[in-house]
Amino acid sequence: MKKKLTTVEFHGTPEQEAALRAVIKKHAGEKGAMMPILQEAQGIYGYLPIEVQRIISLETGVSMEEIFGIASFYSQFKLNPDGKYAIAVCLGTACYVKGSGEVIEEISKQLNVPVGSTSSDGKYSVEATRCLGACGLAPVMTVNGEVYGSLKKSDVATILAKYV
Amino acid sequence: MKSLAELAEIREKNRSKVILPDGSKNLRVVVGMATCGIAAGATPVLNTLVEGVKAEGIADKVAVLQTGCVGVCQYEPVVEVYEAGKDRVTYVRMTAEKAERVLKEHLVGGKVVEEYLITTAQKA
Amino acid sequence: MAKTSLYDTTFCKTQQRLALRNCGVIDPENIDEYIAMDGYRALGKVLTEMTPDQVIDTILASGLRGRGGAGFPTGMKWKFASGNRGNVQKYVCCNADEGDPGAFMDRSVLEGDPHAVVEAMAIAGYAIGADQGYIYVRAEYPIAVKRLEIAIDQAKKYGLLGKDIFGTGFNFDLSIRLGAGAFVCGEETALMTSIEGKRGEPRPRPPFPAVKGLFEKPTILNNVETYANIPQIILNGAEWFSSIGTEKSKGTKVFALGGKITNTGLVEVPMGTSLRHIIEDIGGGIPNGKKFKAAQTGGPSGGCIPAEHLDTPIDYDNLLAIGSMMGSGGLIVMDEDNCMVDIARFFLDFTVDESCGKCTPCRVGTKRLLEILDKIISGNGEMEDLDKLEELANYIKSASLCGLGQTAPNPVLSTLRYFRDEYIAHIVDKKCPAGVCKKLIRYEIDPEKCIGCGMCAKKCPASTIQKTDYTAPGHKLPSMKIEQANCVKCGACMDTCKFGAISKH
Repeated sequence: MKKKLTTVEFHGTPEQEAALRAVIKKHAGEKGAMMPILQEAQGIYGYLPIEVQRIISLETGVSMEEIFGIASFYSQFKLNPDGKYAIAVCLGTACYVKGSGEVIEEISKQLNVPVGSTSSDGKYSVEATRCLGACGLAPVMTVNGEVYGSLKKSDVATILAKYV
Repeated sequence: MKSLAELAEIREKNRSKVILPDGSKNLRVVVGMATCGIAAGATPVLNTLVEGVKAEGIADKVAVLQTGCVGVCQYEPVVEVYEAGKDRVTYVRMTAEKAERVLKEHLVGGKVVEEYLITTAQKA
Repeated sequence: MAKTSLYDTTFCKTQQRLALRNCGVIDPENIDEYIAMDGYRALGKVLTEMTPDQVIDTILASGLRGRGGAGFPTGMKWKFASGNRGNVQKYVCCNADEGDPGAFMDRSVLEGDPHAVVEAMAIAGYAIGADQGYIYVRAEYPIAVKRLEIAIDQAKKYGLLGKDIFGTGFNFDLSIRLGAGAFVCGEETALMTSIEGKRGEPRPRPPFPAVKGLFEKPTILNNVETYANIPQIILNGAEWFSSIGTEKSKGTKVFALGGKITNTGLVEVPMGTSLRHIIEDIGGGIPNGKKFKAAQTGGPSGGCIPAEHLDTPIDYDNLLAIGSMMGSGGLIVMDEDNCMVDIARFFLDFTVDESCGKCTPCRVGTKRLLEILDKIISGNGEMEDLDKLEELANYIKSASLCGLGQTAPNPVLSTLRYFRDEYIAHIVDKKCPAGVCKKLIRYEIDPEKCIGCGMCAKKCPASTIQKTDYTAPGHKLPSMKIEQANCVKCGACMDTCKFGAISKH
């Protein structure tokens, strides 16, 4: 998946940095620890900005290009922060054949946020996700984890109205 | 665990809770709490049943548990009631309000709530 | 007496639940319930009554084949990794990186019966001589991960994982590794590279993982559903298992039935069951009176099966013969409203996105395939594009490094094989018969039905709907008309019209 570096300024706190250093220490010497470290780092910051990757690189001695290579390879790792309202529409096959493609288009149109990005005010992010495993409710979307199922294009406005 | 005997002991102790033996007066109520069940709203259903069974003072006779996916996605949330010597009862598309009625009429009163049965839902 | 149970419905009557036997029955977060249903007895049996070779022979004799897709015999995998027991570090891995979009069998097993996987991995460890296992599970499945963590903790507390299990001197430990959303990590060598903490790229085989796998040590990797069958095979015997299914595909298979089907759900049936039975009887057919068009199995690696093959008994070999594959068990039903060119494009778009980029045929080839498909659905296709698609698809199949690339062209090839007329309609007639491909459809207003209210014109984002000077008999206002040249085909007008005057062609 193509990934873009973020334009949002980094605002890490000393507490977050201390937590990150603790995570790295916990995994010291462990085989294959880079994925868990990156996962937990994303848990702390919500995404993996270059600044965070640099700390990990300095602490573990693994080069920046290797860490960035991993962070950019897996779709779960976010180089951009989530919007205040993180909208994710499932584009798994079961959802797609039941029209989730139309739903995400409609969301993107109504919010004027291209799929895969965050609005300039940081309020909305719109993401197409892989199968969420809730195929019985297809098509499915989530807003900050809240699930909406059996969607139609015409439901979009009502749902978005809850998040202003 | 140091021996097979130890394992057999745990098995015997718990077997009658999962498979109710003939003549048992107990009920076993399971709520489908896999991702799909939870997404469809199984959590409030489970909570209503757990709290309700306590409030009605029948917790020693009625066990309310979470379980995985039974496989009927579009009927979630699903609640099933097991009773010795009887067909299991499958309630579908449950809500907290419906769970309240199942609690009062079925778990306390012993009468199946026909309206919420999967077999009723399929006829509709 | 009135029927009350799920098992009285046609959905469940003909299913046979082995891998899913505890799902929806026991509390997955309570090890005592698993033990009550004979849990960990198989582990006890192999450790106290069987030699590691006897375990492998039993799995071989059962005929169990990998449920993750390709269907390699599980016992063979174990046998290859079994040499030199006790002298080298080995690993047992579980592939729970269910990446096929539209499939959720493995999630259901992990959420409903996690101990079955834990127990089976310990059995596998004993069989090949490994003391450490890794379960690689998708981070998108938080509930499955949580239940696995609980299961592993409980098994450790009971001494069913750890040192000296059942006092036999056998040690086995398990760790969870979270996948981070890369489809290619379902491929075995890529999965292992990912557990090692690197970019999950595949590598050439040989050396096979049984020789050089995780951390360069002999490793076996099986899928969740495969493991879920193991304890029962040990307890009930190889003959019991091999009596179910077809000659070359034994046991049952779980399918995640979805798409345009009345009963969406998890279905476990004996191998050899026909697609028609699954779709029409268990699945209850297609809703809204629509006509069946195709069933898609195997996800992005599989193909679309048309109505003429609905009676094929499903097993590994038959599905391959009709141009699809078992895959992990996603089964998506499509009706007349689905465009097969669009579906092929959907899967290609997925593989282009998920190609890791290591080998050229897959990285560049799938992209070129997608470009040709885009050309066709936008109405610019030429007949020779079909030959190009086929030629390129065959190159990608034969030259790609791993299973992802080798199977990526299947959705294109199978739709070309069975639905060529749809491709031709897009190319020659410039029409999308299912009315899906935007550039090939048009919205039109019926001037006789239009009452001229103008709601559609207000909604139109392209302001391309204008009043005409024709007023239909019985109406007060002149009807509206869509200026086709500027139409963006969003369909907003049709959704808005309360009088059914707008239609899609």
